[in-house]
Amino acid sequence: MLLIPCPWCGDRDETEFHYGGQAGVSYPARPADLSDEDWGEYLFVRDNPKGPLAERWSHSAGCRRWFSITRNTATNEIVR
Amino acid sequence: MSEHPDRLWRNPEPRSGYDVVIVGGGGHGLATAYYLAANHGIRNVAVLEKGWLAGGNMARNTTIIRSNYLWDESAAIYEHALKLWEGLSSELDYDILFSQRGVLNLAHTLQDVREGTRRVNANRLNGVDAEWLDPDQVREFCPIVNTAQDVRYPVLGATLQPRAGIAKHDHVAWAFARKADELGVDLIQGCEVTGFLKDGNKVIGVDTNLGPIYAGRVGLAAAGHSSVLASLAGFRLPVQSHPLQALVSELLEPVHPCVVMSNHVHVYVSQAHKGELVMGAGIDPYNSYTQRGSVHVIEQQMAAALELFPLFARAHVLRTWGGIVDVTPDASPIIGPTPVDELFVNCGWGTGGFKATPASGWTYAHTLATGKAHALNEPFALERFTTGALIDEHGAAAVAH
Ligand SMILES: Cc1cc2nc3c(=O)[nH]c(=O)nc-3n(C[C@H](O)[C@H](O)[C@H](O)COP(=O)(O)OP(=O)(O)OC[C@H]3O[C@@H](n4cnc5c(N)ncnc54)[C@H](O)[C@@H]3O)c2cc1C
Ligand SMILES: [Zn+2]
Repeated sequence: MLLIPCPWCGDRDETEFHYGGQAGVSYPARPADLSDEDWGEYLFVRDNPKGPLAERWSHSAGCRRWFSITRNTATNEIVR
Repeated sequence: MSEHPDRLWRNPEPRSGYDVVIVGGGGHGLATAYYLAANHGIRNVAVLEKGWLAGGNMARNTTIIRSNYLWDESAAIYEHALKLWEGLSSELDYDILFSQRGVLNLAHTLQDVREGTRRVNANRLNGVDAEWLDPDQVREFCPIVNTAQDVRYPVLGATLQPRAGIAKHDHVAWAFARKADELGVDLIQGCEVTGFLKDGNKVIGVDTNLGPIYAGRVGLAAAGHSSVLASLAGFRLPVQSHPLQALVSELLEPVHPCVVMSNHVHVYVSQAHKGELVMGAGIDPYNSYTQRGSVHVIEQQMAAALELFPLFARAHVLRTWGGIVDVTPDASPIIGPTPVDELFVNCGWGTGGFKATPASGWTYAHTLATGKAHALNEPFALERFTTGALIDEHGAAAVAH
């Protein structure tokens, strides 16, 4: 069970949250210019490091806000 | 229990080079090595395993084998596997305790009923054995399932694949390893691949903790760690690594005659040959390589198991553990070439690749031997994430096994 630091509510149990995957993936600036490869990459490929990963969480059973944290996927340690 | 052969495999030092190097000594890597030697006569092969043979997901899974997938592409490859399973003990000369006791996939909602009956029809059209059972027939087939209709998620019916079942995972791995070794394949344990040797865009070998090993072709079969290897080779894969947990009870008298799975309440249960109740649930939602999941996932799975099997209330949990599974966006595997020449990948089997072990090895060996896809693995190439020809098996694959 992870203890997740909500920036607004403090440390709460993982069961209060919803996972949103990698942080910082933005919608393509000029979608019409994307090649098929780039679209595939945007839609389906995310980082999957064994180590620090910046990720999105939503405090869905609390304040319901989204935020980003960096967690080490090799240890579950939340580094920021 | 059956007798084991006297000798399993040698433990050779790695040679300086091989025709084919396979990274990962789980079931898929070992089956690939065996079929490379047996079907294609390619014996100058090494399997490199960073830990001990088949100590990864192969040692951690709940061993459910079935082929009742929805789409033609999946039915073809999983049914090929099931046919191979049916002859595997005699082919490998080792009793893998393959038990075709039947697998029930329960339906608890109207949508489950529709999905299940559709899948039964799709299976039959593909020559896969499948039946639809109503709640009374479910109780007849598996008397310990609670089919009362006044519970939160009543059993509204189930699909049944009579030829499906379980096998003894360790025996499967050891059987493939022993035969591959006998045919000349070097199985090298304690050998971690830490990088790739390249000539331009072509892979010519791997770096390991035991030194460089050259190879004509390299095949990844590293399950949960494929992304880590891909990033060492300079490309990204559409897979995410998640913990998946399982648990066993103490040994009990035979009480559970088949395999029961429920996608809706997220539990799957069978009784192992020795007598343990073997149970699994869904993946933890977040990415992780820690080989442990969260307790609440187990709590939910146990609650579901108790509602379905009130009899289990008196059983004790003996052991829980986690494995790292590699999940793709369409819940189907990836087998084929990568952006790096002579480097191939077999991954993305997610929560359900044990059942595919022989067909995964069979088709991957073909690809590594010829450089081309076998008809059965052609649709499962990486390029489907560019063309959009996805094989969406979430209904049949995620996360029941
Ligand atoms: C809890 C659980 C339950 C499951 N239940 C079922 C089920 O009931 N039915 C089913 O069909 N499937 C099931 N699965 C899925 C199944 O176990 C996997 O899909 C399948 O085992 C993956 O293939 P593999 O056997 O080769 O993987 P693994 O056995 O994980 O083999 C990969 C190997 O690669 C090695 N490796 C990784 N990185 C390196 C490196 N850098 N260098 C060298 N070696 C490396 C690892 O040590 C590992 O031994 C389950 C999985 C889990 C975790
Ligand atoms: Zn909050």
